[in-house]
Amino acid sequence: MKRHLLSAGDLTRDDAELILSTAAELRDLADRPIKKLPALRGRTVVNLFFEDSTRTRISFEAAAKRLSADVINFAAKGSSVSKGESLKDTALTLEAMGADAVVVRHGASGAPHRLAHSGWVRSSVVNAGDGTHEHPTQALLDAFTMWRHLGQSRPGGLEGRRVAIVGDVLHSRVARSNALLLQTLGAEVTLVAPPTLLPVGVETWPVETSYDIDRVLPGVDAVMMLRVQRERMNGGFFPTPREYSRRYGLDARRMAALQDHTIVMHPGPMVRGMEITADVADSERSVIVEQVTNGVAVRMAVLYLLLGGNESGA
Amino acid sequence: MCAQERPPTQAGAHSEPPPGRTVLDERDIARALTRISHEILERNKGGRDLVLLGIPSRGVPLAHRIAERIAAVEGYAVPVGSLDVTMYRDDLRLKPARALMRTDIPSDGIDDRVVVLVDDVLFSGRTIRAALDALNDVGRPSAVRLAVLVDRGHRELPIRADFVGKNLPTSLVERVQVRVADTDGVDAVTISDGSDGSDGEAQA
Repeated sequence: MKRHLLSAGDLTRDDAELILSTAAELRDLADRPIKKLPALRGRTVVNLFFEDSTRTRISFEAAAKRLSADVINFAAKGSSVSKGESLKDTALTLEAMGADAVVVRHGASGAPHRLAHSGWVRSSVVNAGDGTHEHPTQALLDAFTMWRHLGQSRPGGLEGRRVAIVGDVLHSRVARSNALLLQTLGAEVTLVAPPTLLPVGVETWPVETSYDIDRVLPGVDAVMMLRVQRERMNGGFFPTPREYSRRYGLDARRMAALQDHTIVMHPGPMVRGMEITADVADSERSVIVEQVTNGVAVRMAVLYLLLGGNESGA
Repeated sequence: MCAQERPPTQAGAHSEPPPGRTVLDERDIARALTRISHEILERNKGGRDLVLLGIPSRGVPLAHRIAERIAAVEGYAVPVGSLDVTMYRDDLRLKPARALMRTDIPSDGIDDRVVVLVDDVLFSGRTIRAALDALNDVGRPSAVRLAVLVDRGHRELPIRADFVGKNLPTSLVERVQVRVADTDGVDAVTISDGSDGSDGEAQA
C-alpha cells in the first residue's frame, strides 16, 4: 500500500484485493459484543470536511473509532476556513496538532492531492471525495459489496462481471472511481447516461458507454444508479425531471428485465421517484443499506492498512 | 490422517523435505496430538464445556485435529474456531501493516466456557498475550488453557502452556518450523540453524 489513498486508479489489483479481504474480516466485528480493535490506539485521524457530507464523515468516524483512533472533526462551516484561511494554513495547523491521517473532502478536484504532495503535512491523506474527480473509498465499498454478492464464491473474484453505472456521470466522482477500480479488478463497466451527462473525454476511460438503458440492463450483474446532482447543475442537461426519470430511471418494469442474481446499488443519498422508484429501492435486489454497513468495514480496512504498520521499519 | 502406510523415518514423501533436522515426523505429531487431546479431557473432566480456538495460521488445523480426536473419544463434537491476534500484537507498529487472518468464533460464544487456545510453537509468549487480549473483547470464558505442539523456550512474558506436544530446547538463532498437511502438504516439525532463510514460525 502507498502512504495515501488519493485515487482508485493508484491501487494495484493486489492492493485492492488486500483491502477487500481485510474488510471482509473487519465486517464481522459488527456482530461482536465489543465492536472495537486496538490497532490504531494513540493515533489521531482528522476528518477535514470542506463540503457537507454527513454520511461519509460518520462512516469514517465510526471506522476510526472502532480501531481505537482518536478522531477530530473539522468542518469548514463556522471554522477558520469561513474566515478566509487557506488550505495550506489549515493543513499546517493540523500538522502541528499531530494528525496521523487526514481524511479530506473538498469541493475542488485535486485538493487531496495538493495536501498529500505539497510537503505541508507528514500524515497520510485519504481522499473522501474531491469535486467531481474521485471518491475512492466509495468505489472500494461498492466493489466490496459486489464482491460479497458476485465474486466471493468464484475464482477470479469480479473478473468478467458486468456492471452498469447509470445516471449523472458528469457530476459524479463515484462513477470515475468505480470505473477505475472495477477495471483493476477485471470487471466490465458500462456507463449509461444521456449524452449531456457524460463527461468530456469519457472515451479515454476504461469503459463502454450507452445512451439506452433498456439495451444494457439484461446483460449486467450489478446496476448502480447515480443521483442527479442538481445542486451542481447550472444549465439544461435534460428537459424535465419527468423525462429523465422515464428514460433513465430504474422502475419495476426495468427491474423485471434484470437477471435473477443482479443486484441494485446506489451510493446515496438517493432521490426516490427520480433515478430510482421506491419499490426498486426497497426490493430484495437492493443492497443499498448493506452498502452503508460495508462502508464502515472498508474504511476501517483502509485506515488500518495505511496507519496500522510502519512501512519504513520492515 | 490418510497416510498411515508411510515409512516412519521420513515424513512427506510426496513433497520436498523441509530444510533442517526433523524433530517430529507425521507419526510423532499424530501421537502428540492424541496425548494432548486426552490430557485436555482428563484435566477438564470431559469435553462438554470446551471451546477450541486455533491461532492462525498453523494453530487452526491443529485445533481441528484435536477436536476430531476428542469427538472420537467422547462421541460428541466440540466447537472449534479461530482467533486472529494481528490487531492485538505489540509489534504492530514495527512492521508494515499485515493482512488479517480469519477470526471465527463458534456461534454459541465463549462465555462461561473453557477455552483452549491452540498454537503451533510457543516461543516469546507475545502471541499468547495478544490472544488473551483478543479473547477479552470476545467474551468471558470460565477458564483459558493453552495447548501447543512445540514449546521451544525463551519466554519473554510470564506465560506457560498447559498442554505441550514436545519441549524442544533451542538456541535463539535456531528456527523451528511447523508444517501441517492442511496448509503445507506435509506434517513435520523441523529445526534449522537459521541460515537457510526459511521464514518459519520462529517468531510465534
